[in-house]
Amino acid sequence: MTPTYYLLLSALLFAIGAVGVLVRRNAIVVFMCIELMLNAVNLTLVTFARINGRLDGQVMAFFVMVVAAAEVVVGLAIIMSIFRTRRTASVDDANLLKY
Amino acid sequence: MLTAVPPVELPEIGGASGAASLAWLLFVLPALGALVLFVAGRRANAWGHWLGVATVLASFAVGLAIFFETLGLDPGQRTRELHLFDWMSVGSFTVDFGVRLDPLSLTFVLLITGVGSLIHIYSVGYMAPHDGGDDDHAEPGGDSSRRRFFAQLNLFVAAMLVLVLGNNFVMLYLGWEGVGLASYLLIGFYQDRPSAATAAKKAFLMNRVGDVGLAIAIFLLWLELGTVQYSEVFERIGEVGAPTLVAITVMLLLGACGKSGQFPLQAWLPDAMEGPTPVSALIHAATMVTAGVYLIARCGPIYNLTETGRLVVTLVGVVTLLIGAIIGCAYDDIKKVLAYSTVSQIGYMFLAVGLGPAGYALGIFHLLTHGFFKAGLFLGAGSVMHAMNDDVDMRRYGGLARHMPITFVTFGLGYLALIGFPLLSGYFSKDAIIEAAFGQEGWQGWVYGGAATLAAGLTAFYMTRLVLMTFFGEKRWENLKSDDGHDYHPHESPVTMTAPMVVLALGSVGAGAVLSGIGLTEWLAPSLGELQESDHGVLPHAVVPWLVVGISALGVLIAYLVVGRRPTPVERPEPVSFPVRAARRDLYANAINETFIARPGTWLSRALVYVDNRGVDGVVNGTAALLGGSSGRLRRLQTGFVRSYALSILGGSVLVIAAMLAVRFA
Repeated sequence: MTPTYYLLLSALLFAIGAVGVLVRRNAIVVFMCIELMLNAVNLTLVTFARINGRLDGQVMAFFVMVVAAAEVVVGLAIIMSIFRTRRTASVDDANLLKY
Repeated sequence: MLTAVPPVELPEIGGASGAASLAWLLFVLPALGALVLFVAGRRANAWGHWLGVATVLASFAVGLAIFFETLGLDPGQRTRELHLFDWMSVGSFTVDFGVRLDPLSLTFVLLITGVGSLIHIYSVGYMAPHDGGDDDHAEPGGDSSRRRFFAQLNLFVAAMLVLVLGNNFVMLYLGWEGVGLASYLLIGFYQDRPSAATAAKKAFLMNRVGDVGLAIAIFLLWLELGTVQYSEVFERIGEVGAPTLVAITVMLLLGACGKSGQFPLQAWLPDAMEGPTPVSALIHAATMVTAGVYLIARCGPIYNLTETGRLVVTLVGVVTLLIGAIIGCAYDDIKKVLAYSTVSQIGYMFLAVGLGPAGYALGIFHLLTHGFFKAGLFLGAGSVMHAMNDDVDMRRYGGLARHMPITFVTFGLGYLALIGFPLLSGYFSKDAIIEAAFGQEGWQGWVYGGAATLAAGLTAFYMTRLVLMTFFGEKRWENLKSDDGHDYHPHESPVTMTAPMVVLALGSVGAGAVLSGIGLTEWLAPSLGELQESDHGVLPHAVVPWLVVGISALGVLIAYLVVGRRPTPVERPEPVSFPVRAARRDLYANAINETFIARPGTWLSRALVYVDNRGVDGVVNGTAALLGGSSGRLRRLQTGFVRSYALSILGGSVLVIAAMLAVRFA
């Protein structure tokens, strides 16, 4: 088992997530890209835990999952309410909070 | 040359017991009276004035008790101090709130509370609300104005007593400012008159100039000696270097000039006559304006050490006594003539205390007799105004002697005392000063003595003129109406007014003989040192009284020829010769103040305002505008475009990581 591959995969996933956040307009897709980035980070944590033979990275991954789950609940609720009022889920249209 | 002065022995200071331990009552009683009258409001209208009278009378009684107790002591033990509480204590700076009971302060206590009581009683009648058609003293607010008047008068008495009783310079300053405040309030008492408001402001401002001097003197003493207690300051004043000593004395003198209406700060005192007449009598003739004399006499141990300091005091006195006497000859306003007479007489006192140990006691002596006769004269003038619809123009008076006999007789006695009629009080005190002035050696003897004698002649002239125009001659008021359209009905004043006038007239007659008979100078010696008489003067003592009486008689004669023998025109004659014109305009004192102090001051403040608006405000406003403008532009970064924020976050993270890597691998 070569940890490098895991790390490369994780970097790739993170990059895809980041690009997705930047270029996509649909809030649901942006949201999924964020989840993708979080999971890329989880993969890194687990990999390093494995390399070092310690458990703290794994524990940290669990924490990230819990936080991500909570974030999904709140985030989806917000997206739902935006969609209901504006009949769209485009992040570019929700731009009232500015100068 | 001024004679060199051997250091005066300072008295031993004992503790206070017996009546003296109640000394705090002296100023607490009037202060309480003032507090009650101010706080009780309209409820006190009915009895407030009697409370005011009662507190001052009680204070007088306490003063008398302490005085007689002190008389029973050995002269060496007559200086006592009563510590009340620690007033301030900051680091090494401590100020006691303590009372110094010595012959000097007790003399002042009796003068202030004694004359103060009489004038309080007089005011009950003078400030009474409307009792007939011809009385215009009831000001807006009706009855409550008399209560307010008594509250302020009580406040004045309390502050004046703190001034003379304090055992340190800070308490002196407290009282000094207190009497200034009371004086301000009372000059502006008729608050609906713009002239009264202006006069009050003028008095306050000119007093501030003097007060700054006094404050600087106290700072210097603290800086040099680290104490403001009289006893310690006078004991160690010899440690102070000569230049600083002169600075201290000159600054003290500046304070004294401001409070006492002396040159160059004399212009406020005549304007202060805008206040009610009892105020003029008590504050601006008998007590407050003599605070400057008290200050210099009290600081005798300081002045003894510096000839220059004393010389300046004497010169101020000489200049002022001439200025006051000259201007007094030209005015037609009865109160202003008396005011300039006060300025001139206080000039005599300054001349006396400026002579050092040869004159301190004489200055205080004249202060006491002056307190009697000048207060009496002012009360008499108030009585005349009371009868004449508050008119002060002597050209509208005339022939009043038959209509108000008590006022005429009491005023006449005060007049004779002031011009130094033999054996009346002014004769003893003023002649003693002129003798001491001629007792100096060289040019100083001639200048001081000559000026004082000349002013005595002028005094006789203007006072005779005043009496002739007011009480004799034709009744010029018969065909005139007062400014408010009433006829004049001169009448004698009520008994609350005449009784104090009678008492003060008795004082004017007897005070001089009694005080010199019972040995005022010996009584004051523990405070002021022994009176030193000079034998090397330019004129022998025996000649001086004849000279002064002769010159005064000449002044009376000239006044009779100029004023008494000729009818007095009701309208002021114009044009007149230059000296009269100058005197009518206060020898241009106001114009000089205006040109040399007020105008440059205005220019300076305008320039400062310009600098402030353009310079200081420019910097402040510029900074604000710069920040506002730049943040207005920075605000544009908040586009509300979420993905651009995300890009910024990513860019930022990349930069941070790049920086960390760079540090790690560099």
